[in-house]
Amino acid sequence: MNDMTPTREQRTAALEGMGCKRKRVEDIRFTQGKGNYVDDVKLPGMLHGDFVRSPHAHARVKAIKADEALKVPGVLAVITAETLKTVNLAWMPTLAGDVQMVLADGKVLFQNQEVAFVVATDRYAADDGINKVEVEYEPLPPLIDPFKAMDHNAPVLREDLADKTTGAHGPRKHHNHIFEWTVGDKDLTDAAFRKAEVTIKEMISYHRTHPSPLETCQCVCSFDKVKGELTIWGTFQAPHVIRTVVSLIAKLPEQKIHVIAPDIGGGFGNKVGAYPGYICAAVASIVTGKPVKWVEDRIENLTATSFARDYHMTTEVAATKEGKVTGLRVHVLADHGAFDACADPSKWPAGFFNIVTGSYDFPTAHLVVDGVYTNKAPGGVAYRCSFRVTEAAYCIERAMDILAQKLGMDPAELRLKNFIKPEQFPYHSALGWEYDSGDYHTAMRKMMETTDYAALRKEQASRRAAFKRGETREIMGLGVSFFTEIVGAGPSKNCDILGIAMFDSCEIRMHPTGAGIARMGTKSQGQGHETTWAQIIATEIGIPADNIQVEEGNTDTAPYGLGTYGSRSTPVAGAAIAMAARKIKAKAQMIAAYKLEVHEDDLEFDIDGFRVKGLPEKFMSMKDICWAAYNSVPPGMEPGLEAVSYYDPPNMTYPFGAYLCVMDIDVDTGVYKVRRFYALDDCGTRINPMIIEGQVHGGLTEAFAIAMGQEIRYDDTGNVVTGSFMDFFMPTAVETPHWETDFTVTPSPHHPIGAKGVGESPNVGGVPAFSNAVNDAFSFLGSTHIQMPHDFWRNWKAAKNLGAVA
Amino acid sequence: MAKTHVTMKVDGAEVEGLVEPRTLLVHFIRENLQLTGTHVGCETTHCGACTVDLDGMSVKSCTVFAVQADGSEITTIEGMANPDGSLSALQEGFRMMHGLQCGFCTPGMIMRAHRLLQENPSPTEQDIRMGMSGNLCRCTGYQNIIRAIQYAAAKLNNVEFKEAAE
Amino acid sequence: MIPGPFSYHRPASLADAVKLLADLGDDARPLAGGHSLVPMMKLRLATPAHLVDLHDVADLKGIRHYGSTIVIGAMTTQHELLVSGEIRQSLPILQEAAALIADPQVRYRGTIGGNVANGDPGNDMPALMMVLGANFRLSGPGGEREVAASEFYQGAYFTALEPGEILTSISIPVPPAGHGYAYEKLKRKVGDYATAAAAVVLTMAGGKVATCAIGLTNLHETPLLATDAANAVIGTSLDAATLKQAAAAAEAIMAPAADTRGPVEYRKHVGGIMVMRALQRAAGRAV
Repeated sequence: MNDMTPTREQRTAALEGMGCKRKRVEDIRFTQGKGNYVDDVKLPGMLHGDFVRSPHAHARVKAIKADEALKVPGVLAVITAETLKTVNLAWMPTLAGDVQMVLADGKVLFQNQEVAFVVATDRYAADDGINKVEVEYEPLPPLIDPFKAMDHNAPVLREDLADKTTGAHGPRKHHNHIFEWTVGDKDLTDAAFRKAEVTIKEMISYHRTHPSPLETCQCVCSFDKVKGELTIWGTFQAPHVIRTVVSLIAKLPEQKIHVIAPDIGGGFGNKVGAYPGYICAAVASIVTGKPVKWVEDRIENLTATSFARDYHMTTEVAATKEGKVTGLRVHVLADHGAFDACADPSKWPAGFFNIVTGSYDFPTAHLVVDGVYTNKAPGGVAYRCSFRVTEAAYCIERAMDILAQKLGMDPAELRLKNFIKPEQFPYHSALGWEYDSGDYHTAMRKMMETTDYAALRKEQASRRAAFKRGETREIMGLGVSFFTEIVGAGPSKNCDILGIAMFDSCEIRMHPTGAGIARMGTKSQGQGHETTWAQIIATEIGIPADNIQVEEGNTDTAPYGLGTYGSRSTPVAGAAIAMAARKIKAKAQMIAAYKLEVHEDDLEFDIDGFRVKGLPEKFMSMKDICWAAYNSVPPGMEPGLEAVSYYDPPNMTYPFGAYLCVMDIDVDTGVYKVRRFYALDDCGTRINPMIIEGQVHGGLTEAFAIAMGQEIRYDDTGNVVTGSFMDFFMPTAVETPHWETDFTVTPSPHHPIGAKGVGESPNVGGVPAFSNAVNDAFSFLGSTHIQMPHDFWRNWKAAKNLGAVA
Repeated sequence: MAKTHVTMKVDGAEVEGLVEPRTLLVHFIRENLQLTGTHVGCETTHCGACTVDLDGMSVKSCTVFAVQADGSEITTIEGMANPDGSLSALQEGFRMMHGLQCGFCTPGMIMRAHRLLQENPSPTEQDIRMGMSGNLCRCTGYQNIIRAIQYAAAKLNNVEFKEAAE
Repeated sequence: MIPGPFSYHRPASLADAVKLLADLGDDARPLAGGHSLVPMMKLRLATPAHLVDLHDVADLKGIRHYGSTIVIGAMTTQHELLVSGEIRQSLPILQEAAALIADPQVRYRGTIGGNVANGDPGNDMPALMMVLGANFRLSGPGGEREVAASEFYQGAYFTALEPGEILTSISIPVPPAGHGYAYEKLKRKVGDYATAAAAVVLTMAGGKVATCAIGLTNLHETPLLATDAANAVIGTSLDAATLKQAAAAAEAIMAPAADTRGPVEYRKHVGGIMVMRALQRAAGRAV
């Protein structure tokens, strides 16, 4: 070998494969303002649509008068439910098996519900038009409190369902009831509670909030009358599903629909569902023969498309007096708003909430979820979470702290005592899941050692004493959270959306020069797929990541996939990518064997090519194999080098983590300060540590916002009082704490590269860490549970209720 | 409504257009000039995605009328690369430090950071947090945006960038 | 969120601006920084037919020192206040408060005149103006007049401004050298209005408060001068009991609205806390 021969390390580094902090490919265009987001799409003759919305939470629509609006210069059409009825689109199916009004049909059921769609030559004229549409309403009594939804005298919200005693998920108990979902063994659980030495019970609410990506939901629909084809550019986390849904509801052949999700400015679950804006823009384009753009404004986004959470969880834990848990019983009252538009896999009306046993070895558990209608916006999306996992993690992590308090045990010690042990994996939970892998004790102990948890507890004790002596007005809280996520929906045996199994896909096509293109059924909204997907391929087939072009989001070119949400991209599409790459590699091996004149079995893969075992100088690089694939393949072999994989995962993956929040609260004002936040995540094999760290930072910031104030709040009349960024808590760089990140690696045993997914872990694990910190701070004054969000005034109120403020 | 003729210098080029008085500067930039790097995130002057540099000030272009900018000099994200087309120190810093994810807030972040560094070439972390507090990001948690700006400051000051210890 | 149509005017002189506003009447609104007005227009909560942009009126700009008075042109931005050596020297409390208004971008556009004149109880400068004993110079069809800040605010968005009048400048007597000052503002996040805020300017003599003025922001439909609270601390060394007494006296005149920042009792309570903290910090600065 001469000096110019690269070392193995240099060859590996040149690939920029898995484990490398590869800089992002996307950033070249994003940092120059050259991204291409939906509102950047501009087509000749394009029109703009905008909604007239209801000021009332519940009202009958007596009349819609569009005459004056149609006189506004530039206004071309005003579409109402009556218009939509002519094409049978006044209502649309939801992902949860319900139906939803596209435009108000006879009544409105939540404030800012879509009532009419004004189409105009530009967005200014459209706005002028909506201000001239006159709607006559007859207000009806609003139902805002979900706890009153099933009162016998509660108003009937859904007149369309009035005589239906069965919904998509079984019997309905009341005219405002949607479903009851039960899991687990009731008798065994009841028995555990009867025998329990210690029990706790608490109603733990997770308030309504909103994903609110910085780019709102938007689309451009363009119908070509001559070809009979509809092209939709939209903010879609799941473009293929959108194409299928549009085909089914608009009765257009699926091959005549082209859905393109260009660059997306954040999703966080907000961009999974189908919204009235998409339907109206499509209908408007069909009616006018021109492209129609719809861009939601921020107030519309917060108040009309897709809230998250709103779960009210009555939680009971049974335990021995030594602190071993023996049973879990949870009843959830789920406020779904006016239509059940939850974006869950079809058979899962409460998502994967049955992960609520968390990281603990509960011998038995029983869960009941009741979904109800209220006069609030529909949604129930997974805001940076895998289908109600955030709610479940919050529920169990608060409950464990409450139990620790009752037992007089340290919350970390209680958790260590009840963790599923490493040797118990694969672990079958009482509520039906098979956890793939985990080493919870190691993660927890690493967190405790790194943060010097014991010293923090000592400091807390001395500060509590000082508070009681009147020497300080600040109290200190330690928020421990140990979460187990369930991501990667999902195996076809469990998961489908409208009947389509939740697989994902990858197609790789290598070109003669050793470069290639790879397309997936996922869609990045900031996760950096163009960067990381190429890294998986680079390591698998030995071609530099820079030579792999990654494309997603165009349903004409990408293979069918279920999209990006629920941290499913790495567990599902990541696996498909590895499997497609391995097919490429297998064919490459045959080509190399032919060219090197040896048997395939005599070859071994070595970083970036194949080598003859025992003859290191006989080597053929992948680059050369690519050329050979188009030039001299073995007799009988088809030329070319491409592969497709559709991956149906055998199981979910179960990332986990140990978080600690150290917080100080001034009882006189309720002002808190996050002194320290430590997050240890175990997401299995790490593809790009830089991107993982970024995901954790972002998810923690969302968790911080949610726990400490981010809320969609309604007043008694159904008026949203937090409908803009003034009142909906969006922390700036000033409020946002500093984040410390750490990790352990416990690969998934069933995933081709052992990766588990990480995007949502920090939101799932972060919220209980913050909330536990607040609750821990106040616990010595006698409280057991203080509801979120923990904004300043509520902290002060808690202090006052506990007698800490005069 | 009668339209008004406006002229301004945008990213070094003299531009003109006919606008309604109510036309917001951000729409003039995005629709008339087709410079779509400047984004709209909230429309209520909170998020800063629409930030441009207007006569040496960082402004939220969703809350300024185009007619108000008549005769002004404006820099948008499209005018931020080096003259040879390479990434400027800030753009490079955002990429190297992973200061962006979805990229939607990034143009506003870079434009604001540009003015911040003009006024304060060696900001502390706290200076950056305060100076960037008119820009919201939903993806990054700000920590890597701060590093990106520190990276750019070091590069512009010709000093070695030392990554903040974790 | 698109403003309704309007005609745009950009007078070059104060006389022209005043004449335009007088001629156009109620359909016209002056446009200063626009960061309160434009969002209202986007929601069509304000639909003026004419906007009279004051940016070209040179007479409305600048910070000048006349003897013991500082005169600040109405179109002076918060950013200009923050970088002004004159303000740093003579009226540092204005810089402390300006840095807490909105965010950096808004401060480049937002003006002191707009902040004090639009009558929004959430604005920070009005309480400071009352504490500092400022006078507002108003110009209108009937000529020019001066109104004391303490007489200017009549209700939420109602001020002493007559139709067609604009505020042109603010005169502030320079507080004595060695005065103590503080603006304590509790807010949920950058960009928010105060949940409660208190402005204090005082002088100390022999360890005791010699003079004191206390102003309150967003705790009533107008900014308030907490005179009883100020009187309660004069002659004291700000011991704990006196601070509590001052807070109670201030709370007695507060009548905030319940909103997403908190219920009335909370806003009043933290209003009292802001008063105590501002008094302590101001006293600590006085020499």
